[in-house]
Amino acid sequence: MKENIVIIGGGIAGLEAAGQLIRLGYSPIIVEKQDHLGGHVAEWHCLFPDMTPASDVVSRLTENVSEANIFVNTEILFINHLKDSYNVMLSNGISIVTRIILFTTGFRLFDASKKEEYGYGVYDQVITNRDLEQWFSTGNDDRVNSRELNAVGFVHCVGSRDEKAGNGQCSKVCCITAVKQAIEMKQRFPEAQVYCFYMDLRMFGKKYEDFYISAQRDYGVRFIRGRVSEVSENIEGKVIVKAEDTLAGKPVKVTLDLLVLMAGIVCNPDCTKVASMIPLQMDSDGFLKSRDNIMDITGSSRSGIFYAGACTGAKTVPETLAEARSAALDIHNYITSSRI
Amino acid sequence: MMNFGFKIAPSATINLDNVDMEKFTLLHEMEPDVYKCMACGSCSATCPAGRFTGMSVRKVILDLQRGREKEAVRMLKGCMLCGKCSMVCPRGINTRHLILSVCRIYNEDKQ
Ligand SMILES: Cc1cc2nc3c(=O)[nH]c(=O)nc-3n(C[C@H](O)[C@H](O)[C@H](O)COP(=O)(O)OP(=O)(O)OC[C@H]3O[C@@H](n4cnc5c(N)ncnc54)[C@H](O)[C@@H]3O)c2cc1C
Ligand code: SF4
Ligand code: SF4
Ligand code: SF4
Repeated sequence: MKENIVIIGGGIAGLEAAGQLIRLGYSPIIVEKQDHLGGHVAEWHCLFPDMTPASDVVSRLTENVSEANIFVNTEILFINHLKDSYNVMLSNGISIVTRIILFTTGFRLFDASKKEEYGYGVYDQVITNRDLEQWFSTGNDDRVNSRELNAVGFVHCVGSRDEKAGNGQCSKVCCITAVKQAIEMKQRFPEAQVYCFYMDLRMFGKKYEDFYISAQRDYGVRFIRGRVSEVSENIEGKVIVKAEDTLAGKPVKVTLDLLVLMAGIVCNPDCTKVASMIPLQMDSDGFLKSRDNIMDITGSSRSGIFYAGACTGAKTVPETLAEARSAALDIHNYITSSRI
Repeated sequence: MMNFGFKIAPSATINLDNVDMEKFTLLHEMEPDVYKCMACGSCSATCPAGRFTGMSVRKVILDLQRGREKEAVRMLKGCMLCGKCSMVCPRGINTRHLILSVCRIYNEDKQ
């Protein structure tokens, strides 16, 4: 079957869709901007809800695409509209004529330094969810002082549910990520006090509530309802966190050795750039606009353009994979129905 | 000390660094489920005494972890141990038993 299918983004969505398309007999082309496949999941240590090593997921998905054409370190220079196809020009000089483009461009983590009051990039003891995942994997981060880790805090909703920060949406995966990371910190430092500062705990997924109960019951993670207002540093080089304990109706403060900001999920600017070449519409939440948010989340308003994964909004790994499979089937149906 | 004719109100801020968790740790040993409270308020809503005395299991559990033991123990005086709160707690905490344990641990020095 000689039908070019261009997949933009080699994260888990792009990999899974490519794997399925190969199984259906097509030969998809993956274009990945970075030097590695797997996208964000390649940066994570282990995944909720079963603490699956993230590298296992990425390597399984990568094995399935060994037959695909994969271009890493490659960007989209421009996309030209032909009569009923697109000419996609890549930064490596290759140009592809195709009827079908699948966007699996994923998300971008909110830049936590924009929330200046939380001190990311200012105080050494303030890191992000991504930094902590990397520290779990590598153990290298000068900001994490394992010898003196008596109190750790997690700040939920950093750059999410925050109109001033330009993102009013809930990023969906950070509550459960905070609970997961809080447990992992307790496993490494059982004597440490671990606090989560939250507004709501959104434990929507399979077994997430069990995770939350376990964090409370088995690990004694202390949940404080209230958004952190500001962070400062004392002379000993520790950070002081201020919030309102809205359950007690009183201001609360605590001194910490490490503060982890749960940076939110926003649309990837690389995605917006490519989308504007076609052009594709963005939804009011800043992500790619699906043809229909209930019936056709993987479809765009243009024929031959499909979406899968976090490019249409925050998603978990299983949700992303399910969408990638569904997009592969949509593409297959698109090809077979146009052949008749 | 100089008398200015007025005093500064003590700070209402809860400083978690200074909260002594010794008794709460003891309570947790006797009542492991106390950690499971998710502050839903079902216990307080159903409590027949709460309306008149201000008793709230949710607040007791919170206050004990915020260094407000006196307030918690004072509140417990309004409980008549009817056990209604135990029946509604969605986290399955035996709140009535918990109340008794709190009394045992925190009442020793007659706060
Ligand atoms: C801190 C954190 C922890 C998480 N932990 C879990 C977990 O434990 N379990 C779970 O289920 N989910 C977890 N998630 C969610 C998970 O990361 C996402 O579901 C997943 O990354 C979505 O995959 P994706 O392929 O859609 O996007 P991405 O992972 O963002 O991949 C997109 C890929 O596309 C590439 N790309 C983008 N634009 C272009 C372009 N123009 N040209 C070429 N390439 C491009 C990017 O470089 C990237 O490789 C977590 C999220 C966060 C923030
Ligand atoms: S998932 Fe939780 S931490 Fe993340 S934005 Fe939503 S409420 Fe905030
Ligand atoms: S046992 Fe006490 S706290 Fe519980 S419902 Fe009865 S009076 Fe209220
Ligand atoms: S009903 Fe149970 S979980 Fe809810 S506040 Fe009371 S003790 Fe806590």
